[in-house]
This record gives sequence, C-alpha cells and structure tokens, in this order.
Amino acid sequence: MTRLVAQPVKKLWAGTLVTLGLLASPVVMADVGSRIWATGGVTTIEGSAGGGLVPWAMLGSYASDEEWGGTLALSRAEVDDYSLAVTGAGLNWNNRIEVTVARQTLDLDSLVFTLKNGFGLEQDELNQDIFGVKVRLVGDVLYSPWGQWSAGLQHKRQRDFTVPNAIGARDDSGTDVYFSGSKVFFAAVFGRNLLVNGTLRGTRANQGGLLGFGGDLNNGYEVMAEAGVGVFINRQWLVGAEYRQKPDNLSFAREDDWWDMFIAWVPDRRLAVTAAFVNLGDIATLEDQQGIYLSLQGSF
Amino acid sequence: MGLRITKTTIAALLITTGLVLGGCQSLQHEPDNRLYMQLGERSGIADVVEDLLYLIVADERINHQFKGMNVAQFHRNLTDQLCELSGGPCTYTGREMRELHADMGITATQFNALAENLILAMEKNRIPTAAQNKLIKRLLPMYPDIRHL
Repeated sequence: MTRLVAQPVKKLWAGTLVTLGLLASPVVMADVGSRIWATGGVTTIEGSAGGGLVPWAMLGSYASDEEWGGTLALSRAEVDDYSLAVTGAGLNWNNRIEVTVARQTLDLDSLVFTLKNGFGLEQDELNQDIFGVKVRLVGDVLYSPWGQWSAGLQHKRQRDFTVPNAIGARDDSGTDVYFSGSKVFFAAVFGRNLLVNGTLRGTRANQGGLLGFGGDLNNGYEVMAEAGVGVFINRQWLVGAEYRQKPDNLSFAREDDWWDMFIAWVPDRRLAVTAAFVNLGDIATLEDQQGIYLSLQGSF
Repeated sequence: MGLRITKTTIAALLITTGLVLGGCQSLQHEPDNRLYMQLGERSGIADVVEDLLYLIVADERINHQFKGMNVAQFHRNLTDQLCELSGGPCTYTGREMRELHADMGITATQFNALAENLILAMEKNRIPTAAQNKLIKRLLPMYPDIRHL
C-alpha cells in the first residue's frame, strides 16, 4: 500500500528533475525549434500534442521542416473522487511525424471501497501506457487558409486489467484512430488570434482506456467528436475550452462526455504551464467528477 | 440516441462558433488607415523594419539568404510595402513577391524564423498585440509566393 502510493510521487520527482535538467541545459536551449511560440500546443493526458483532453492537429515541440524537437510533460488532474497523474514524452521529426509515449496512473481513492465491498477486489490504482503517432497530412496551422490537418493513432495498454475486466470491459488494449484539423485565425476576436480545433476519433475505450476497451453495451468502434477553441490574449497566454464526446460501453456505470476550460502560459519555447477546470462527469458510479488540472511541459 | 446527437451538436457548435467568429472578422474590410496609425505611421514602420534587419543579420537560420543585398533598398522597399499594406500613403516599388523569392528555396523553418523576428521587432517597438495580429493577417496571402508553393 505504502509502496503503491509512494511510487507515483517518486516518478513525479524523477520526471521533474529530468524536465528541469533539460530546461537548464544551455546546449539543449540552443536547439529549440523554429515554429512560432505556442504553436506546438501542450501535451494532452494521452501524450499527443493538443490541449488537455483533446489532441489537436499541431505536432508537439517547435520543430519546423528542417528540425527535430521533443517534449517532456508532467500532468495531474484532481477531481472529486479520483486523481490522474500523467508522464509523457514526445519526439517530432520535421514537423511531419510526432511519436509519443505516456503513462497514466489513476488513483482510485474513494472507489477502493466500492471495489472491495462490491467485487472483493483490492486495487487502489489503474495504470495505462499509451503509444501515439501523429502525422501532419497537409497545411500549416498559422499560414494555410484551410488550416492544418493531421491523422493519428493511440495504442493503449491497460496494465491493471482486473478491475476493468470485473466491470465488463472486453479487452485490456485498444487503438484509437483520430483525424484532426486546427487553424489559427489572426486578429479574429477583438484583434486577438483565435485557435479552432476539431477532432474525430474512432474508439472502443472506456474512460479513455483506463477502464479497458469494449463492453457489454457496445463492443465496436464508434466515432466521437471532440473540439477545442482558444484565444491568444498575447503570444504567451492562451485561454479556451475543450469538449470530448465519449462512448458508453459498460452497463456497470454510465460514461459521460468530458469538457474543460483552460489557461496556458507559454513564457518561451522551452516551457508551457497549463491550468484547467475539468468536468469528467460520472466515472465508474461516482457522480459528477470535477476538479483542477495542472500540466508542466518542457520542450527541447 | 437523442443524447448522442445533442453531444455531437455541441461539438459542432463549438467549431462553428469559432469559424464564424473568425469568418465575420475577415469580412470586415478596413479601407481606413487605422492600422497604419497604430503602427506609428511610416516612421514607426521604418523603426520596426530597422530592428527586423538587425535580428535577421544575427539569425543563423536566415542571414545567408540576405547576403549581398542592398540594405538601404531592402529597408525602403519593405517599409513601403508594410506602409501600403496597413493603409498608409505609400507605394511598394519593389519586385513582385513570387518572382523575388523564386530561386531562394525558402523553407518553413526560414519562414518561421522571419515571422518570429518580425514579431520581436514589433514588440521591441511596442506595437499593440492587436495591431501586430492585423499586420500579420494582411501579410498571410504572401505565404505561398514567398515559399514558392
């Protein structure tokens, strides 16, 4: 028990040290890419570049067409009965292909008692690994009249399948496929730049995969709509909102759509800090999960 | 099923709102010289272009593209171009953009570097964010010509 609690904290510290180390290294500093500030988005909870909950068409880091770039991110969502910690890393080649990995750890907090009394299960966290790849198909988010369009995959592997299995999930791994469009409209809202994103995702994942894939109500792929809108107050501050439609595959508990309102601070290309209010709806019988989200991203 | 449609509608609405907001603004033509005034008229623009030139010379990503150019002429032409573009009483007399950049093979990296330097030069001259954005918006149609796309 103690070990399980301590583990994510240790990971968080190690990650922070690595991130800070990269931020402080002058050799790495010189190599930060050429794309305009904040156009790499931030790291989503699934590791892909985007906002907090929704992947966008932009690729992570600041690598432009003759450059390599990378990102490291630590994120944490604290809602009423759960907390989610995410460690993510990504590489970007020539602003063409983004490859990402992410580890999600969901602390079950209150649900521990439900699981023990209802299912006789002793489990206090769920872990999931996500391997992502995203390809920029066409366009540039800033300069193309029709924006930037990308397609991506997120292969997810649930590492603790006992609980998802017990509540009716069919598989411990699954692959989401998505198609995304993003566009910045210059001087669109009171002279400020407006960022608009739309994403369509084919998925079988329950709660993003943390509760497994497929279920008794539905076991096939469904297409979900996701969107994000943000306004650049200036080139360092972006405020906006996101919405993510979700499937509802398990009769064990209703699954709700997610939404968030975020503010991101990008003081320069090396650092991005995101804070958000998130509403994740009902999760595994616990109702109306709301709370805060914080994310720290370093780019190199 | 009804619920699903509602959710999709919300998502579509979010996107549409953004597109409409963006679209409405782009329909608002400004035949007046407001942007020109916000940029500090021709002398303000000339200051921005001067700072831009200093940044270009120091920028290893793009300075080789400017080797051998006539600095005074470049300064005059770009100042006139931005002046005219912002609604000021100037006429750009330089060469056509596509022809000018035809043999330069400008990459996205180099284009981004120039855009970055322009923004930094405007910031240094305390051009308000909205005016910066409006100027960049008017420069955007040149992107395919400069990149030779």
